[in-house]
Amino acid sequence: MSEELPAWSLSAEAVESIALPEEWPGQVTREWAWGGATGAGARVCVLDSGIETDHPLVGDVQKSVAISIEGDEVIIEDNDTAGDLCGHGTACAGVIRSLAPDCELVSVRVLGAGYTGSGAVLLEGLRWAIAQGYDVINMSLSTTKQKFASLLHELADTAYFRRTMLVASAHNMPVESYPWRFSSVISVGSHEEEDPYQYYYNPAPPVEFFARGVDVEVAWNGGGRLVCTGNSFATPHIAGIAALVLSKHPELTPFQLKSVLYLTATNVGGEK
Amino acid sequence: MSDELRAAVAAGVLGSEDQYRALLQSIVDVARAIFRAKASSILLLDEEADELVFEAAADEASEALIGKRFPSSTGIAGFVLVSRQPLVIEDVLTDPRFSRETAESTGFVPKGLMAVPLLHEERVLGVLEVLDRPQDTRFTLAEMELLGLFASQAAIALDLLQRARRAHEALAGDGELSVISRLAEKLEARREDGSETALRLLAELEQLL
Repeated sequence: MSEELPAWSLSAEAVESIALPEEWPGQVTREWAWGGATGAGARVCVLDSGIETDHPLVGDVQKSVAISIEGDEVIIEDNDTAGDLCGHGTACAGVIRSLAPDCELVSVRVLGAGYTGSGAVLLEGLRWAIAQGYDVINMSLSTTKQKFASLLHELADTAYFRRTMLVASAHNMPVESYPWRFSSVISVGSHEEEDPYQYYYNPAPPVEFFARGVDVEVAWNGGGRLVCTGNSFATPHIAGIAALVLSKHPELTPFQLKSVLYLTATNVGGEK
Repeated sequence: MSDELRAAVAAGVLGSEDQYRALLQSIVDVARAIFRAKASSILLLDEEADELVFEAAADEASEALIGKRFPSSTGIAGFVLVSRQPLVIEDVLTDPRFSRETAESTGFVPKGLMAVPLLHEERVLGVLEVLDRPQDTRFTLAEMELLGLFASQAAIALDLLQRARRAHEALAGDGELSVISRLAEKLEARREDGSETALRLLAELEQLL
């Protein structure tokens, strides 16, 4: 993704041009951050196994796209009707919907074309999603392949600079995987408590936040519900809260959004 | 030393496939016991066919499961494989589409499932599943960690199994590598007897070459 490169400096007369559109409060509270927000206006993309569109816990899905690769060609199915090939994407979508009921949900399916090539499909799915300018991209997937690391890093940074917040599941096994380890994304691990609004900032990165991820009741295929555990269910909790914040404060950059999440975390300034 | 030559020597001294199978079997047996689960299984990724294959299983229908194949990127095992994320799912029956065909073909429909990827360095080798842990206690992150520890052990065993298979495959013919392999095998056996004659003979041969 090439961009025009301006000079990275700020002249005295240009200072006003970067004036922030809103006063940052002296104390950032949850009430300021998302009080009264419903997620309306925030566009959230779930990069996953697909979303079951008529699930009662998910509601409207604005768009369902499927990514695959044939030879060297990236194929983008603009109107994917395969639904969810696992149930996981539906689960994530349901969690986001429960926190941000009026947000726009989009499914980008990167699962189903086989394991081989799944890293490349993940990369292309993320590239496509970033190009659409979604406010939040929820991704519970990662790759351990070194060869994708630098490309994913570049994409994660591109997202960050274009005001797309990538929220990614941290890996809780002793291996290197990407993109959750990059500092331009929000990485999420699990805590054991039941409150979906309870989340902790982790002062010992790479995992930045802990959210509800144990025994979470989620939507699943066939209009069903399951009780699930895993970092991949903690991730949509942060994605949902991020959608709430962005629906109330759409001007926030990923840096500012991270700061708001930090300041409103349960172990920082958030309500216990 | 070329990889093939290494493989030839390794194949002579490495354990047989049966021994690795026994190791995998032991892992699923212990996983099942530790989690007080009804069943446990290891699925190996067959990269060429892009499928998951049951390699070991500890449950009532275990014999019938071995060798069964499933698509590599659908269902819960497929998601775990592709996402590299462990998942714990309870009350699976409420999902009418939960790998119903897979479950029924194995004669076992689980109420709960823990699935964890088997990761070795950059590669994902397969999936370890533990089915039907008792639901009388709430799942904890400590159990998740235990599951991860088991997966690391299983991944090492699977990696060894795959290496041994590749080594044995490379030596299926009558080429010189096969001779080296047999030589290594015999040397290994001699070593146990404490005989140094063979080693001296080899040293002489090395001089000659």
